Amino acid sequence: MSARIGVVTFPGSLDDRDAVRAVELMGGEGVPLWHGEADLRGVDGVILPGGFSYGDYLRCGAIARFAPLMEEVVGFARRGGPVLGICNGFQILCESGLLPGALIRNRSLRFVCRVVHVRVETTQSPITADVVPGEVLEVPIKHGEGQFVAAEDELDRLETEGRVVFRYCGPDGEIGDAYNPNGSQRGIAGIGNEGGNVVGLMPHPEHAVDPDVGPTGGQALFASLLSQVLAGVP
Amino acid sequence: MRFAVEVLVTLKPGLADPQGRAVESALPALGWTNVSAVRVGKHVRLELETGSERDAREQVAQMNDRLLSNPVIEDARILEVRGIVEADR
Repeated sequence: MSARIGVVTFPGSLDDRDAVRAVELMGGEGVPLWHGEADLRGVDGVILPGGFSYGDYLRCGAIARFAPLMEEVVGFARRGGPVLGICNGFQILCESGLLPGALIRNRSLRFVCRVVHVRVETTQSPITADVVPGEVLEVPIKHGEGQFVAAEDELDRLETEGRVVFRYCGPDGEIGDAYNPNGSQRGIAGIGNEGGNVVGLMPHPEHAVDPDVGPTGGQALFASLLSQVLAGVP
Repeated sequence: MRFAVEVLVTLKPGLADPQGRAVESALPALGWTNVSAVRVGKHVRLELETGSERDAREQVAQMNDRLLSNPVIEDARILEVRGIVEADR
């Protein structure tokens, strides 16, 4: 039996096919889901992929959260189902209140497209459960609005509850402003919800699974997600 | 009744405003070396059909919270609610 992971396509999603492909490369079954149909098709996990849903016209992710399928995704997440938001998917999770904080324009005002390093900060998430904390992964980023911001007390809460999942870092895991590509507070690249089952991150693990086309930092994350889903762990 | 409503959406104070900073750093090149504290916001104007001005305000306040702004990072303020007479349009 292979884990069935749904990947939602919104108008303007770009990375949905890469996400399906990444799931399948890692041995799972990728199930395309359509934003307009309130049907999760019995999947074991959900990925909200990157892109520019609804053109990002109002705010990134602001309109996508009202899609008919999102109500199902929110219910699935509240029941403990694993939900992974990548890039625009992370923005959608923040806009829909499943994750705290928000993603605003990069500090540089520029779209940033390059490979970065992130450090795994916790195993309390379905995509890092099988990864050693402190491990450094090479993954690409490509976003104009990836600066993670939240109120100071919210940031403190994320830190003390171990919900910072990824932090931007140097090749050896060193943390510092020089390695922060977008000005995110405390160098945060990804966070989880209180239950740990909902994770959002700006880097793209789905573009980092095939050694023929780039870094492979995403492999460990998809492998972890698939094994957690199969083990029935949210 | 028909009302025209104007809403101002601004980033919360203290939150970095990259757009405001870009404007601020471009102004000296045009000769304005005396400008500081630039913040850039969003202006929304809409018309809605409802019973009273109070009702219009209540509905727009809800729109502000649910869609026009992200309360995590932005403040949304109703600047003006004005009744529209057909002859004005």
